[in-house]
Amino acid sequence: MPHIILIGVNHKTAPVELREKLSFSKEETLAVLEELKQYPDIKEVLIFSTCNRTEILYVSDSDSSVDDITLFVSAHKNIAVSEFASALYVLHRDEAVRHIFRVASSLDSMMVGEPQILGQVKQAYRTAVEAGASGVLLNRMMHKAFSIAKQVRKETGIGDNAVSISYAAVELANKIFSDLSAKSVLLLGAGEMAELAVEHLMSHNVKQVLVANRTFENAVTLAEKFRGQALGFEERESALTEVDIIISSTGATQYVIAADQVKKAMKKRQYRTLFFIDIAVPRDIDPKINTLSNAYVYDIDDLKTIVASNIQQREHETVKAERFVAQAVVKFRKWLDSLAIVPTIKAINDKMTAIVEMECDKTLAHLDHLSEQDRAAIRRMTRAIASRAIHDPILFLRNTGTHRDDSLYLNVTRQLFNLDISDEQ
Amino acid sequence: MLQFAFLLYLVSLAGYLFYLVYQKEPVHRTSIYLITAGVLVHFAAVVVMGAALGGLPVHNLVQSLSMAALAFGGMFLFVQYKFHLKMLGLFAAIILSGTMLGVMVLPDTQVVPNEILKGFWFYCHILLVFTGDAALGLACGAGILYLLQEKGIKAKTPGFFFKRLPSLDFLDLVSHACIVTGFFLLTFGLITGFVYAKAIWGRFWSWDFKEVFSLGAWLVYAVLIHLRLYSGWRGRKSAIMTIVGFAIIIFTFLGVNMFLGGHHQEFTK
Repeated sequence: MPHIILIGVNHKTAPVELREKLSFSKEETLAVLEELKQYPDIKEVLIFSTCNRTEILYVSDSDSSVDDITLFVSAHKNIAVSEFASALYVLHRDEAVRHIFRVASSLDSMMVGEPQILGQVKQAYRTAVEAGASGVLLNRMMHKAFSIAKQVRKETGIGDNAVSISYAAVELANKIFSDLSAKSVLLLGAGEMAELAVEHLMSHNVKQVLVANRTFENAVTLAEKFRGQALGFEERESALTEVDIIISSTGATQYVIAADQVKKAMKKRQYRTLFFIDIAVPRDIDPKINTLSNAYVYDIDDLKTIVASNIQQREHETVKAERFVAQAVVKFRKWLDSLAIVPTIKAINDKMTAIVEMECDKTLAHLDHLSEQDRAAIRRMTRAIASRAIHDPILFLRNTGTHRDDSLYLNVTRQLFNLDISDEQ
Repeated sequence: MLQFAFLLYLVSLAGYLFYLVYQKEPVHRTSIYLITAGVLVHFAAVVVMGAALGGLPVHNLVQSLSMAALAFGGMFLFVQYKFHLKMLGLFAAIILSGTMLGVMVLPDTQVVPNEILKGFWFYCHILLVFTGDAALGLACGAGILYLLQEKGIKAKTPGFFFKRLPSLDFLDLVSHACIVTGFFLLTFGLITGFVYAKAIWGRFWSWDFKEVFSLGAWLVYAVLIHLRLYSGWRGRKSAIMTIVGFAIIIFTFLGVNMFLGGHHQEFTK
């Protein structure tokens, strides 16, 4: 009987250097799926690769396939098995199903509850479908994973608090300023997190984005990206009178903005609120600025603390989410069990017998003149017709060839005979 | 009837406390309806009392407190309608319930209709001063909310109130709008008071303690508005000043009569 197996590494088992080496781009995934499809032991396969994890999910009935896959990855990625074997986890059957449900629901993420993961899982599934590598079991399982993820998001508070640095910064900005669309942002320096924060703010339609950088060309490039305006790095002090939010992420070893500068600027801007987001290490913004009235300074540690406490709150909600996942795993297991050959044959038989009995009863009710013997004969005959009619399909199902995907045929059979009444899609 | 209004205020206070903790919107809406019903019942009660007296029922402390609460309730509904600052309702419910508790427990002294407490200027004076004080009280409420939110953000520990309160800018805006409204009303309240004093006692100003403190409170707000316009006194400083200002107003309203005396004495015996 084929079953679902998951092999993978994630942020808990492997450091980023290793995860990088084992990650698959979309094109790579497509090519690799084509190759893996050719393995006789592998019936269905899906590859899920993000910056935090690489997981290969497949259906096989041989346990040796785990070694096949490991060797394949080693050869493909040009990395010795010994280098990543200790970081690998291999999950079978329900454990694999539970794992993928938890991943899709963002329960296994580095930031529990972060919303991007579901999109990434969907993308991985789409790629597998595109490559023709996904079949009955994975299709069903992935769709279940999507619906359980939606349920978790909707019915638990798992996604309520900002749990990324850049998002926490935007949330703060929203509690300081009432209308971000009337506010201007100054980006000092560059960097992924800082740029992400600017992008988040732009999605709130901030009025204007200014970019200052020690290298003016970089400022121009970034300004183009944000449809903003580039400033010379020396202009940053005078810009303090115009902007409201300053995001700083330079490589400077000393403060880029000093308390005195802000003091002067504050007077000029009539003490309208200034919000500094200091993502740089070492810090760019003098922390003393936070003691000035109507000026707020959050450095990376402050933001991390907020994120950590939000995560703690989230963890309460995960208990609920885990329960949803556990329920879904049980349901999925029931469906899988029904896919076995014997229950399917039994279900077909039962259905046929029920139909025959019902039709016989209906007809015989109008034929009062028949003797008891005649009636019995008619019943025998109708039963015989029914069992003859399903004889060949049943024989076909019983004949489990080695090169055949049983689950596919079983699934088709169950659909043809409409045997899955109880389980909704 | 006053008891019924008091009950409505109390229930709405309970609703607001529940909303503060559990953040259920239907509870918030119900609380607003309750406070609105309370104000309407209260208004009816005051009208009935006024009709019996043949003038505004501000003849003794209980009546004055009741009138102050009514003005506060009405002003709150106006501000709520304008700004939808949800947590201000909690502040309003606390003030209303507290003031009405005073109305309930304080002895209601015998009042006789008094010809001094009648006339256009007197009515204007009372209405303007009471609604003005109410607006300044709400400014203080918004100021307190501002300080709660600001404390968390400044200390970098956004906690219980972070999610429950709106942005600092908005709280500051509401507070300032209340200050300007209250100041405007209070100014005309004082002017009509002078006119009334001239008519009754023959002079505009008589160094009565209440007059002095009223002028003091008025000056505090005048300075605050001025500083905001010209020296950028906004946010925290402004919020603290609204609390100081309102404390002076409360003292002017109650303390002066209790401790210092003066010709406003008879209204609040």
